Amino acid sequence: MALKMVKGSIDRMFDKNLQDLVRGIRNHKEDEAKYISQCIDEIKQELKQDNIAVKANAVCKLTYLQMLGYDISWAAFNIIEVMSASKFTFKRIGYLAASQCFHEGTDVIMLTTNQIRKDLSSPSQYDTGVALTGLSCFVTPDLARDLANDIMTLMSHTKPYIRKKAVLIMYKVFLKYPESLRPAFPRLKEKLEDPDPGVQSAAVNVICELARRNPKNYLSLAPLFFKLMTSSTNNWVLIKIIKLFGALTPLEPRLGKKLIEPLTNLIHSTSAMSLLYECVNTVIAVLISLSSGMPNHSASIQLCVQKLRILIEDSDQNLKYLGLLAMSKILRTHPKSVQAHKDLVLQCLDDKDESIRLRALDLLYGMVSKKNLMEIVKKLMTHVDKAEGTTYRDELLTKIIDICSQSNYQHITNFEWYISILVELTRLEGTRHGHLIAAQMLDVAIRVKAIRRFAVSQMSALLDSAHLVASSTQRSGICEVLYAAAWICGEFSEHLQEPQQTLEAMLRPKVTTLPGHIQAVYVQNVVKLYAAILQQKEQAADAQAAQEVTQLLVERLPQFVQSADLEAQERASCILQLVKHVQKLQARDVPVAEEVSALFAGELNPVAPKAQKKVPVPEGLDLDAWINEPLSDSESEDEKPKAIFHDEEPRHAKQRPPEADEQELARRREARKQEQANNPFYIKSSPSPQKRYQDAPGVDHIPVVQIDLSVPLKVPGMPMSDQYVKLEEERRHRQRLEKDKRKRKKRERERRGARRHTSLHTESDEDITPAQRVDIVTEEMPENALPSDEDDKDPNDPYRALDIDLDKPLADSEKLPVQKHRDTETSKSPERQDVTVVEKKSKKPKKKEKKQKEKEREKKKKKEAEKGVDLDFWLSTTPPAATPAPEEPGVNAAVTAPKEEPRGEEQDAGEDAEQDLEKPSEQKKKKHKKDKGERSKDKKRPKKRAPPREGDAEPVQNGALREEPLPPMSSYSLLAENSYIKMTYDVQGSLQKDSQVTVSMVLENQSSSFLKNMELNVLDSLNARLARPEGSSVHDGVPVPFQLPPGISNEAQFVFTIQSIVTAQKLKGTLSFIAKNDEGSTHEKLDFKLHFTCTSYLVTTPCYSDAFAKLLESGDLSMSSVKVDGISMSFQNLLAKICFHHHFSVVERVDSCASMYSRSIQGHHVCLLVKKGEKSVSVDGKCSDSTLLSNVLEEMKETLAKC
Amino acid sequence: MIKAILIFNNHGKPQLSKVYQPYSEDTQQQIIRETFHLVFKRDENVCNFLEGGLLIGGSDNKLIYRHYATLYFVFCVDSSESELGILDLIQVFVETLDKCFENVCELDLIFHVDKVHNILAEMVMGGMVLETNMNEIVTQIDAQNKLEKSEAGLAGAPARAVSAVKNMNLPEIPRNINIGDISIKVPNLPSFK
Repeated sequence: MALKMVKGSIDRMFDKNLQDLVRGIRNHKEDEAKYISQCIDEIKQELKQDNIAVKANAVCKLTYLQMLGYDISWAAFNIIEVMSASKFTFKRIGYLAASQCFHEGTDVIMLTTNQIRKDLSSPSQYDTGVALTGLSCFVTPDLARDLANDIMTLMSHTKPYIRKKAVLIMYKVFLKYPESLRPAFPRLKEKLEDPDPGVQSAAVNVICELARRNPKNYLSLAPLFFKLMTSSTNNWVLIKIIKLFGALTPLEPRLGKKLIEPLTNLIHSTSAMSLLYECVNTVIAVLISLSSGMPNHSASIQLCVQKLRILIEDSDQNLKYLGLLAMSKILRTHPKSVQAHKDLVLQCLDDKDESIRLRALDLLYGMVSKKNLMEIVKKLMTHVDKAEGTTYRDELLTKIIDICSQSNYQHITNFEWYISILVELTRLEGTRHGHLIAAQMLDVAIRVKAIRRFAVSQMSALLDSAHLVASSTQRSGICEVLYAAAWICGEFSEHLQEPQQTLEAMLRPKVTTLPGHIQAVYVQNVVKLYAAILQQKEQAADAQAAQEVTQLLVERLPQFVQSADLEAQERASCILQLVKHVQKLQARDVPVAEEVSALFAGELNPVAPKAQKKVPVPEGLDLDAWINEPLSDSESEDEKPKAIFHDEEPRHAKQRPPEADEQELARRREARKQEQANNPFYIKSSPSPQKRYQDAPGVDHIPVVQIDLSVPLKVPGMPMSDQYVKLEEERRHRQRLEKDKRKRKKRERERRGARRHTSLHTESDEDITPAQRVDIVTEEMPENALPSDEDDKDPNDPYRALDIDLDKPLADSEKLPVQKHRDTETSKSPERQDVTVVEKKSKKPKKKEKKQKEKEREKKKKKEAEKGVDLDFWLSTTPPAATPAPEEPGVNAAVTAPKEEPRGEEQDAGEDAEQDLEKPSEQKKKKHKKDKGERSKDKKRPKKRAPPREGDAEPVQNGALREEPLPPMSSYSLLAENSYIKMTYDVQGSLQKDSQVTVSMVLENQSSSFLKNMELNVLDSLNARLARPEGSSVHDGVPVPFQLPPGISNEAQFVFTIQSIVTAQKLKGTLSFIAKNDEGSTHEKLDFKLHFTCTSYLVTTPCYSDAFAKLLESGDLSMSSVKVDGISMSFQNLLAKICFHHHFSVVERVDSCASMYSRSIQGHHVCLLVKKGEKSVSVDGKCSDSTLLSNVLEEMKETLAKC
Repeated sequence: MIKAILIFNNHGKPQLSKVYQPYSEDTQQQIIRETFHLVFKRDENVCNFLEGGLLIGGSDNKLIYRHYATLYFVFCVDSSESELGILDLIQVFVETLDKCFENVCELDLIFHVDKVHNILAEMVMGGMVLETNMNEIVTQIDAQNKLEKSEAGLAGAPARAVSAVKNMNLPEIPRNINIGDISIKVPNLPSFK
């Protein structure tokens, strides 16, 4: 046998392995492709052999070739063969190959389901691990559905290595099979508190990914994450959580308030830049979510901005980049605080690193104001000239336009300047953004009525020099501006100085080289111009000139009729006929101007881009109904007229209002004139801009409108827009002077009156009045439609399917599908049996069951409501101290010298019956009403308290029916009491800290005195010590952090360090305080005995039946049992009691028999089997420590005896 | 989420490509080429973040890379990842490689791409960060290697001998193309636990 193996391996040792292949490829540099195809042939031969090792070797080589770009999907089946090899070595090769080349389209992938399932349940953790890793790369909806349940089981695997992989892969499963999210979510949530940090981190990772897409569903987890944030030390986890909070705060501003303080603390304390950066980011998100009226938050903003400035000034480019990135977020809501750092941002614009320049550009967006817009844009224009790469230049261009057009041109004071900037931008070589400039030109010209005259003059100049724009190669991008220019000149032709000249420019033969859609616009606007000229000539009674124009058109239009573009052609031929007709009329001396211009009568109103979509569908109109019966398929295919008509941006779509009759038009025109006349800021046609230039002293008098049209646009020496900068400065200077004058007058007036708005008159943005009073027309929208309505959601977003309400209780049908014919050896948990039942549930449930279910549902609903209340309650409180004070010294205290008290002393835990006295439920109710001290506890342990409360729900989940409501319970027991004060306490452990327990003590003032200076002291033992603040000795007490007015109660927490947890023990202690009333104050003392039961070291940890079974089978647990007689309580309540008082959870329940599980803070497993007889209950326990078990059972016996 | 992890050398030759979204082989090659061109033209002392790999996903994505002597390590991530965190992850990755290969050099990556994949699989799974603690990663890798060795057992011996022989007549393999100074300083990055 061995010989055969050796022989086989000798046979194949001369096969090429991966290293040989790589070496070979490197040695065949010249004919690499040929060599590789030779190798692939060899590989194909190898794949045909039976020996799995040979196959694996071949697949390994294929994986390498895949990286080089060779398609290896043909070997998919062989890959599956290698995946199913029994040896890990080969399996790993197979899964790697699969993860590199399998995808949803791979058809053989469905063959893998069973193999993967087998590997998932393999006894070797690495087989399972490798299967999970592979699956994470190629999981398909089918695989996800079939394997979801198996993976979910793995989430409670005993090995953390598997657990963390299983948790992570769940995200992929959710994406492919969204139905699995709700059933799997509770377990995922549990993993947030997994004892292994790796698993915890994986769970945080998954939930953060989920929550990022649909944050509102995860809001209820906020308290849990908050707890993690304050307790975790893993930066990676912290970063994720903090990022998550950043996504949650916009939904819940109260959360933000709670976060500010701990985050600020972290900012101050952390040394890790990445953490600091994320904290700053989230604080920014919080500040954005909070309404601005909070004065105390300006400090936080300042802190953020200040930290960011440090980052930006850092020599490390990475930090600089991130600083700028975060700064841009602050900018959106608090521009003022960022504007102070303008110097820094402008400096970054000159950085050699393009990424940083781009970020700085982003920031500029918010830095502009009316005051500095021109200056900033000027700087950017110089950058445009300097920029070498087109991408960066394009970015600059879009940014300039963004900056100028932001919030409805808010910062532009001089639109002439803006138009000249746009014109200058058209000279950019090779930009992609011609259409952007064109859109701006159109928008400004349409909406800013006062600027039309100037715009038209500029546009006509642009048309005249069209050869410059369109000449050098076919720069299709920039010639888009001609589209705008032609349209503006045509539509507002009444403002043209020399319409005839423009008309000729538009009819030049060169125009036919422009793209079709621009030609079409040319043709259309030529007619508009023509109409205007006709009108003008006829009014001047110059028939000769009018006929000449007509003749020009008749001569030139045929060149468009021959255009290759259908639309240009159609329009041209249509118009040519029209003009010919006009020519005939003109020959007969019939006045035609009126009729031709009637073609274009009426005003165009700007329409909002989304307006069309927002038009409500009239009632009774079914858009999906066929108007005619659909034709057969073959015909309908070529029914797409898309190619004929260009679909332009909706903005450009011209919607002529229905022809208004002459009268109406005249009336409107009259009204408009009236309105303009009454508007002092409306610039009427006569004084016009030129005049102002002439008035302006000290500037080169280059009247823009009078540019000689034969000269190229660029004025040598100084770019045009620069003039405006100077002009603007002077204008503002003049304004300021005037204002000062006015102010002086006003002040005099104010001196007499009450001084009111003095503060308003500082030099601010508002002072700068625009040069043209622009009447920016708002875009039209249908009634009741809001422009901001969300309608850009992508319906194909894969994350949309995961928008699932997770707080709703699970319905019975919501279970993961389970393969029905499973291998018999796998342990059958009742959960699975359930599912099969559910799957078969075609029959209607019996009425009784139905009722039962309804009841359940109602109860659950109640619980949900309660949960909601919990969140509200958690959120409504003011921010607490970031870390509970007593907890911190706990670590230090553990190091302090042990006390020399003999151990046996506190073991005599004989009497003391009072410790188990149950407080009736009122206390719990009261607790909610009680004042704020309580919530620190509530918030920190919402999870821990939840299981006992849900104790009754647990078995239900596992398939049992519910019984009568539970008696109220409280875990708080009386500690000591006198006439002044009553102390109750509860001890809780946490899985995170294996040698600490937290004692929550409720102190209730029963007297009419005011209690203060309370101090708690405990006589430490060898085994248990009170955690005291750093620097205090073992004899010092720990101060209680509050005072108690009469009748008030509050809760304090104390941390104890415990060495051994297997036995119960008692600590003697004293509470000293000063009671102060009208008669004076007295020193008082109250002694108590703090009882640490073994139960208090147990932490409710859920466990699934399969893991439970494995645990029991492992055989390293010792066993013990107790029996209690005379019990009348129902089994249901009994279980609930055990769950509540002893921190167990029900694993499984069958009739009157249940298995329960709990875990000690030091990791001991405690398993119970509880059986109820006629009048007795027997409890069998198994535990990794026999002493602990017997003690726990003893304590349980005591509890049960009271039932 | 991490969308893709690429390693290529100064000539743009891929040494490892792991994409976590399905792309055809051609697109993958295009992505590698495009990314290389984006990264290659950048100076040494500029920031390690890049926007706009056009092929891999939209504007949400970033390229985060590091350059070690002859090799570029590029991670393409979306906005849910911390930029500095990923930079550190790359560092952990390289240090882990260094530990597993004992003074890693480019040749190790060239000849053992499968091992690099295995190491990566212990750090990142399906685009999500699985483990950031180097010791934990190395422990798992060692355990798997041990398992592999025990499986090879008797049969593995001759193969090992042959590969030793094969490597013997390769004195020209330069062992000194080191990945370079791994301890590139990143100020105050967190220590991952």
